[in-house]
Formats: sequence, C-alpha cells, structure tokens
Amino acid sequence: MRVQTLEGGFSEPAMQAAQAFRAVMDAMARPGSFQTLNGATPPAPLSAAAGTVVLTLCDTDTPLYLAGALDCAEVRAWISFHTGAPFVAAADCMFALGGWADLMPLSAYPTGTSEYPDRSATLIVEMGTLSGEGHSLRGPGIRDTAHLSLPELEAFQVNHLQFPLGLDFIFASGESIAALPRSTEVF
Amino acid sequence: MTDQAYNFAYLDEQTKRMIRRAILKGLAIPGYQVPFASREMPMPYGWGTGGVQVSAAVLCPDDCFKVIDQGADDTTNAVSIRSFFERTAGIKTTTSTKAATVIQTRHRVPEMPLSEGQILVYQVPIPEPLRFLEPRESETRKMHSLEEYGLMHVKLYEDIARHGHIATSYAYPVKVEGRYVMDPSPIPKFDNPKLSDSAAIQLFGAGREQRIYALPPYSRVVSLDFEDHPFEASKADHSCGLCAAEDSYLDEVIVDDVGGRMFVCSDTDFCEARRAAGHKGKDAA
Repeated sequence: MRVQTLEGGFSEPAMQAAQAFRAVMDAMARPGSFQTLNGATPPAPLSAAAGTVVLTLCDTDTPLYLAGALDCAEVRAWISFHTGAPFVAAADCMFALGGWADLMPLSAYPTGTSEYPDRSATLIVEMGTLSGEGHSLRGPGIRDTAHLSLPELEAFQVNHLQFPLGLDFIFASGESIAALPRSTEVF
Repeated sequence: MTDQAYNFAYLDEQTKRMIRRAILKGLAIPGYQVPFASREMPMPYGWGTGGVQVSAAVLCPDDCFKVIDQGADDTTNAVSIRSFFERTAGIKTTTSTKAATVIQTRHRVPEMPLSEGQILVYQVPIPEPLRFLEPRESETRKMHSLEEYGLMHVKLYEDIARHGHIATSYAYPVKVEGRYVMDPSPIPKFDNPKLSDSAAIQLFGAGREQRIYALPPYSRVVSLDFEDHPFEASKADHSCGLCAAEDSYLDEVIVDDVGGRMFVCSDTDFCEARRAAGHKGKDAA
C-alpha cells in the first residue's frame, strides 16, 4: 500500500471533524455563504475541502459514488482507507463526488421518497473556482438574497421544484465550500 | 478538566457522523423530522437525551455552552448537562445568553434575540405534532407527505368551540416555510414568534422518539390560526416582581401557604442582567 494512501487524514479526528462539520453545517444552513474547510490532504485531483467533507460525513454506512476523473485508484484507496465507504453506482449513493459535468445526469441520483425525503443524495461538486457573483439565491437560511457562481441554472431550479424531494449540493474549491440545499430558490 | 476516558463530547465518531448527516438533511428540509439512530445516554429519556446528542454532534472545542431548563440556568437538568459537557468535552460554559455560542434549551427560547453564529438546540419530548391526533406513525408520515394538516385545524377549531379561544398554550403547532407542520417543542406560545426569522440556527433533538429536525436562520415560521381567531403570543398579565420587565415570559411562584404569589421572569439570565442594570420590581428585596 502506498504511503500517500495512509497519509492525509485528520491528525486529531474528533476535534478536526467537529470543526469541519460546523463549517459544513454553516454552509448548508446559510446557502451561498463561503466557509473555509481544511484538515485533510487527499491525493489529487481531490481538493482539500472535498476530502475534508468526505472524512467528516462518510463512513461504512454511506455508499459513495465517484464520478469522472475522481474515480481513480489513488482517490479510491484513500477514501477506502480513511472512511471505509463502499463505492456504488449513482442510483444507490448517499454521497456523490465529482466535477459538475462528470456528475450528470442529475436524474440518476436518489431524491428521497415523499414520506422520507431525507433518503436522498448529497452531491459534493468539485469546482474550479467559487465566487459570490452569479446566480441569485433565495430561501431558508438567506436573509434577503445571496449570490453564488453555479455551474448552471436550470438544473437547480428543477431540483428546487421537487421540494421536499431533491438533491443537496456542497461545492468545493481548494479550501473553500459553499452549499445549496433543495430548499433554495435559484434565479 | 476533560475525562480522557471518553471521546471528545462523549459520543463516538461514527455516531456523531450519523447525527451530523441527519442535521444536514434536517437543515435542507426545514421542519421535516429526520429519523436517526438515537443512542443510550448516561441520563434517562425525558432529561434531554435528544438535545444532548445534537449538542455533542455540533460542539467544537472553542465553543461556549449554555443550558437552560424552562428558562433557568440553575435547575438540576441544566446544571448536570452543563457539567456533563464540561467533563466530556472540556468546553467553556456560561449562563450568559450573549456569551454563549451553543445554547441547549428545554422549553424556552431566551428573551434576548439570538445572533448569527449562535446555535439553539431544543430538547423535544414528542416531535410529531399530529401524534395526539393520530397515534400511528405510518399514518402521520403519510399525512406529512400529502401535506394533509386538516386534522390539526380541526383540533384548534375544537378549542375555539369549547373554550371560545385557542386554548393550546404550549407546543403550539407551527408551519415552516409553507410546507411542514412542526412541533416547536413544549415552549410557551409566547416564544413562537421568536422561531421565525431568527438569526441563529435552530436544531431540535428528540432522543426517545429518534428524530432530529431543524430551522435554518431566517426561516419563515407561522403559528397556525384562523382569520377570525388570529394567533396571539400570550403571557401572564403582570410585570416581573424582581426586575419589573413588562415584556418577558413570567413564572408564577407560590410564596406562602395563604395564597401569596409573585410573578418572575422565567429567563433567569435576562432577569439578572436587568436587575444588575438597576431595574427593580415590586417584590425585590
């Protein structure tokens, strides 16, 4: 086993996971806000922020789908060693990880059932850049409107229309994240 | 001092991840009750096991933690939960609403408006607002999925038919973002308006019933009512006997065995801060 696989996890799992979760929770509770997230140093092409989200939320109970370039031996080995999350197809996943184009089509992911809308996938999207300029967001967690550079518009509008069903998104770039839950209206 | 035999904040990491995932789904679907695998805690059900598990999942080493029980910082429940996290997480604790970053509460919302960056964790006994109207979980789940809340309005209507007004005075049902009807936990209905448009993140944990739900900041939370019987946030028609506050929620305290009584703020921190600022009620010594 390569050294790179064994390294890059949390040095203090309980403390770092607690701080990382607070950042993820703040991002999800305040859509369009940016949070700094680091602690993990995963192998390329996985970003530090996305790797930290995986270490914070994934374990043997969370089937994970890897899309596109992230579905490589190094990333698989690193996630397996540090979390034990099983790798599955998009239709069975609880978390999905990949670039926006690689994650398509969104119809492949579970959006929950009307009685259990929580049984839906969370997509961790690797973005080249993240910025507070772009599409407007409105909904719970946002005082008036927020702005976020989304990879496209229509997919998120369709996702919001399915509420309470739908997918939740965490966008990662470098050491920064922002989130977009299904409750947010995008325009 | 931390009891080193325990993981940070008592729970093991896998349990915390499970609770954290439930919290995220709860925030994404405001007002919806997310099932979670509640753990045995070193305290009995009914003493805030749900709130304690949610607090354990969100606490960070640099947090300042406050616990209130019916508004008071100095009751058995509040004192023991505070010392539980002092021992197992080694965090700072406080009784000041302003200084706290995480506040766990049983049946009250602090009088002072909360700010961004604060988290309010509610202890919830019965998370299902429809439970006393429909005992079967399979049915209430269906009612939530179909947005079939007529029964709740019938219950409020029966209140009016019987008492002339809506007699429900605590655990008053609310509708979140126009979708889910939610139990705000047994807070007095006086506190209901504080749920809406709050700057803080509000998390609800029900340990025995194994449910977590959440309100992101600035969520629209509306108390159910009728056009001709609008919701009214009521309180005892007195001022606080110690600090003379007119606008805080009051407890009635029996002071002797000949019918003597006084009204005091239920929020002890609010009352103490007012008295420290020189306000004096008619019963203050």
